[in-house]
Amino acid sequence: MAKQLFNQPSPLETMVLSKRFALEGSETLDVYLKNDGFKAFLKAKEMTPEAIIDEVKASALRGRGGAGFPTGLKWSFVPRTSPKPRVIVVNADESEPGTCKDRLLIEYDPHQMIEGILIAGLAVDAHVGYVYIRGEYRYLIEKMDRAIAEAYSKGYLGNNVAGTGWKFDLYTHSGAGAYECGEETALLDSLEGKRGIPRMKPPFPAVAGAWGLPTLLNNVETFSAIPPIIRDGGAAFAALGTPKNGGTRLVCISGHVNKPGVYELPLGFPMMKAIDEVAGGIPGGRKLKAVVPGGSSCPILTASECDIPMDYDTLAKIGSMLGSGGMVVLDETTDMVRFALRIMRFYQHESCGWCIPCREGTTWLRKILQRFYEGHGRREDISLLGELSKNMLGRTFCALGDAAAMPTISIVEKFTEDFERYLARETVAV
Amino acid sequence: MAELVKLNINGREIQAEKGALLIEVARQNGIEVPAFCYHEDYTLQAACRMCLVEIEKTPKLQVGCTTPVAEGMVVHTESDVVKKARKGTLEFLLTNHPLDCPVCDKGGECELQDMVFRYGAGESRFVERKHHVDEKQWSPVVFFDAPRCILCYRCVRACNEGMGVGALGIGNRGVISEIVPNQGDHLECDECGACIDICPVGALTSGSYRYQTRPWEMDHVGTICTHCADGCKTTLGVRVDKIVRGNNRDRSGINNEFLCVKGRYAFDFVEHPERLQSPMLKTAKGHEPISWSKAISLIANKFGETVLAGGKFGVVGSNHTTNEENFFLAKFAREGLGTKNIDHHRTGDLATFFDALSGKPDSLASSGDLYNVKAVLVVGSDLAQQHPFLSFQIRANFRHHNAHVYAVTSGPVREDNQAIASVRVQKGGELAGVESQRDKLKAEVNLVIVFGDAIQGDALRKLVAFGDSLGIPVKYVCLVDYSNSRGAFDMGVLPRDGGLSREQVLAAADLDVLWVVGANPLKNAALASKKAFVVVQDLFLSETAQQADIVLPAASAYEKSGTVTNVCGEVQKLKAAAKVMGTKTDLEIFGLLAKEMGLNLGIWLPDKVFEEIRKTVHGYNVPLPIVATGGAAPTMPLNGRVAALPGSIASANDTLFTSGSLSKYSNVLNAVMESPGKLYGGEGK
Ligand SMILES: Cc1cc2nc3c(=O)[nH]c(=O)nc-3n(C[C@H](O)[C@H](O)[C@H](O)COP(=O)(O)O)c2cc1C
Ligand code: SF4
Ligand code: SF4
Ligand code: SF4
Ligand code: SF4
Repeated sequence: MAKQLFNQPSPLETMVLSKRFALEGSETLDVYLKNDGFKAFLKAKEMTPEAIIDEVKASALRGRGGAGFPTGLKWSFVPRTSPKPRVIVVNADESEPGTCKDRLLIEYDPHQMIEGILIAGLAVDAHVGYVYIRGEYRYLIEKMDRAIAEAYSKGYLGNNVAGTGWKFDLYTHSGAGAYECGEETALLDSLEGKRGIPRMKPPFPAVAGAWGLPTLLNNVETFSAIPPIIRDGGAAFAALGTPKNGGTRLVCISGHVNKPGVYELPLGFPMMKAIDEVAGGIPGGRKLKAVVPGGSSCPILTASECDIPMDYDTLAKIGSMLGSGGMVVLDETTDMVRFALRIMRFYQHESCGWCIPCREGTTWLRKILQRFYEGHGRREDISLLGELSKNMLGRTFCALGDAAAMPTISIVEKFTEDFERYLARETVAV
Repeated sequence: MAELVKLNINGREIQAEKGALLIEVARQNGIEVPAFCYHEDYTLQAACRMCLVEIEKTPKLQVGCTTPVAEGMVVHTESDVVKKARKGTLEFLLTNHPLDCPVCDKGGECELQDMVFRYGAGESRFVERKHHVDEKQWSPVVFFDAPRCILCYRCVRACNEGMGVGALGIGNRGVISEIVPNQGDHLECDECGACIDICPVGALTSGSYRYQTRPWEMDHVGTICTHCADGCKTTLGVRVDKIVRGNNRDRSGINNEFLCVKGRYAFDFVEHPERLQSPMLKTAKGHEPISWSKAISLIANKFGETVLAGGKFGVVGSNHTTNEENFFLAKFAREGLGTKNIDHHRTGDLATFFDALSGKPDSLASSGDLYNVKAVLVVGSDLAQQHPFLSFQIRANFRHHNAHVYAVTSGPVREDNQAIASVRVQKGGELAGVESQRDKLKAEVNLVIVFGDAIQGDALRKLVAFGDSLGIPVKYVCLVDYSNSRGAFDMGVLPRDGGLSREQVLAAADLDVLWVVGANPLKNAALASKKAFVVVQDLFLSETAQQADIVLPAASAYEKSGTVTNVCGEVQKLKAAAKVMGTKTDLEIFGLLAKEMGLNLGIWLPDKVFEEIRKTVHGYNVPLPIVATGGAAPTMPLNGRVAALPGSIASANDTLFTSGSLSKYSNVLNAVMESPGKLYGGEGK
């Protein structure tokens, strides 16, 4: 019997990171080794750190955690010759609504990520790493621990990695249920056992991160992309995507589609094709209303804005983001007031509370949306929602405030008629 | 010299040190950048977002509190975007704020009120339900009203960084984030109230002050704390002759914003029901009230007779009375009564100290030196308990200047947290402990040695010799216990030139008169002379007063003017805050007695006596304007060799929550659960 997968793959996918997902026992080291595993590490071991970083730069890989920062450049910021030891941290806190790809990379191919971490270790001369896993992913922590134990037992972690005499230790660390702990500096505080509150930057983690040590922090998918890049060359990976937007990424398509799932698509893949062909289109032949392109913090797109290639630069041009790859498809039946409320509930609940505009802003917005949704909206609330969001935007301590403000601004501006409809309903109902 | 940069704020060219914080540079140039969480003494938070400013060529507004100034920076603090941002932030802040200003203790001196008045919107757009939680009492002196809290984290930092206690933290997240006390539902801490004072709003309120008055209905009297010897300035809030609050929010005085529990709350002894309010004469039926004129004439007669008869006097002065009173008392004893038998409870060996330092100018450390010196060595004292302000200074020095701290003590002390070396010694082994740090100390740039009563006599001379041998500039603080211990010594309340010490006086079977001013020598000792006529001036019917033939009700330090000298030899001015019916200041009592006896000891007004002190007491010729305006003037009582004195020297070993006989009459000190406190984490009173 074929392996039970998260979703059936699509023939339109370009499977690079996910190519082993369907293999029986893909989570084991044996299967990994039989299928290209650790070739990249052994190759990297013979390369200079500069050459490794150049290869990553050549791949045009951009961080898959949400901000899309060029990975090679980030690696080059870590002071490799600092007298302080360097630390590698994997951000597996995956909590952005709409995003569910990191879990698959850990569940189906943990050794690929481990190999990526080890290569990063070579590049920045680090010998210890921490995988910070979202607390709600309890089962994943166990899977990751099992993979780590296997790697240790077979000599792919520890004092003699793959027989090279090079040393690396890897540990998992459980998050405790806070979206904010996915923000890299809050993650570091949480990793250190403190309350998950973001830190002031500078200093950036590359200079002073975990326990004040130079720290290289990347997303699960970012690390998982490293072995193919080193193995096949940065240029080959880059060529899969569009200029400055190298490679493939795991796009999580959810919402009103016939075949929701995680699909590996090259950057620059047409969005409408992803919805209609990869994800099987909208059920019942209903019309598309809107798309959240990359996780709930990205400004929403109207149906008419969706005829675009999915790459960082195109999305930026139309005022949104590719974010963490969580694409939510909304059909014409969607009530955007309810949708805005759902999003704001999340951010209000997840705001860490450190700074005033986010703590109070998300709460106020949630209260207005709740009231609106319950039929007690006022006309002035529509503009108030936009104004309050703008009072948060760019003024908060970390990006969570923006993440709450941006979608709200776009929903209120682009779907004002949904709000108007509520006002009309109130006059009837109440 | 630090590198200077040129920048432009609001069109003004400004020079500033490179890397200085924008908010500080703006403020130093008279440009207000409002902020709640920013506090110059403590770590940066960038949490309140009130100090957002516009910096040209930077897309987003930037927080002034964490942005260092740079060459060519063009900053706007009053542009429309900035004003709008402030207004927006204040609007957010007020959404869950209860706006119960009419009943809030802070109303009238609240930073949120001020900010909203200056930068806020006229009306609120918030029509939702506010988040509410009930008020909590964390200790007898600390109450917390979460809805008023704006989460600026100042209290958390003041407690953790300033006090070194770390009793406050943050619980929950988001809008239900709340400041939480270390014991979950209550506090176990220093009870200093620093968190209350530093709170910009009325979220933290004081158990003793809450709902007593409105701030504008009080007079604010800046005076000096009457408890330990550190001499903190405290501003007493007085409403109709009643002290309702002590704080130092104006940050005047040597102690910046610091006050310990005693300085902030233990003024309540002033109106304790057992306060003496009438002179009393011992009769067969016990003590009975008599008039002041009767009491004065009875005492004057007895004193006069004893002088004529060549009888033996013993005078015990106070650690708490003013310099003027001590000076006048010493003069009274020597010139008026013709006795050398005058002494007080000596808690540090100042005689040997000054003698050992004779010929070494610049060897007395000021309280400011403790904040600025590169290294501090603490010997034989639990400073956080016995000298809370000196302990605070050392922590501040460590925090801001990374001072090297050494602790040589007989048990754990708070300084261990800052110390590069903590040496535990048996009592008496202090010098050996100090010696063990010789190499490290020699490498220091300069040093202040702070030592307690374990170091006296020979040991003190050896310690100074050790300091001399280090080859670096060394200054000293000889610890003494009470608010004017130092003054009592400097004013000569001492058995000099062959006088009898306090112990000798009490032991003298032929004593004719024992005159005790503000002291309680018979608490733990018996009076040998059966015939002695005992006169006691005190606030309460102490153990000593109970044995007195005549008791005179004295005014406390908070009810008089004059000067006191702290442990570091700094002279500061007392101002009368309250008045207790029926009492007189000790100085007035001396004056009346002198007049009744026909003695000419000079005018007994504090200012006149202080003039005489400045002229005649070595090192006290301090600049009057400094003292008159509430400053601290350093004295230099070094004057060549100092003769040894008879009698013993011992610290009273008071803790943070005791204050000699006085603490018995402070309800606050007795109410807090930490009372009576412990020294070195264990052995206490
Ligand atoms: C509120 C917030 C939540 C975030 N959550 C995650 C997360 O769950 N996983 C993640 O990889 N990055 C998350 N990020 C982004 C990280 O801060 C960081 O940019 C990223 O992990 C860097 O890795 P990359 O360069 O590989 O993308 C979050 C950022 C913010 C502001
Ligand atoms: S924006 Fe402020 S309150 Fe919101 S999560 Fe970030 S630091 Fe916390
Ligand atoms: S009273 Fe003092 S010690 Fe206690 S919590 Fe407040 S600041 Fe900390
Ligand atoms: S209690 Fe006061 S000082 Fe503490 S965080 Fe709240 S507002 Fe700030
Ligand atoms: S440290 Fe001493 S002087 Fe200062 S407030 Fe406390 S008891 Fe008073």
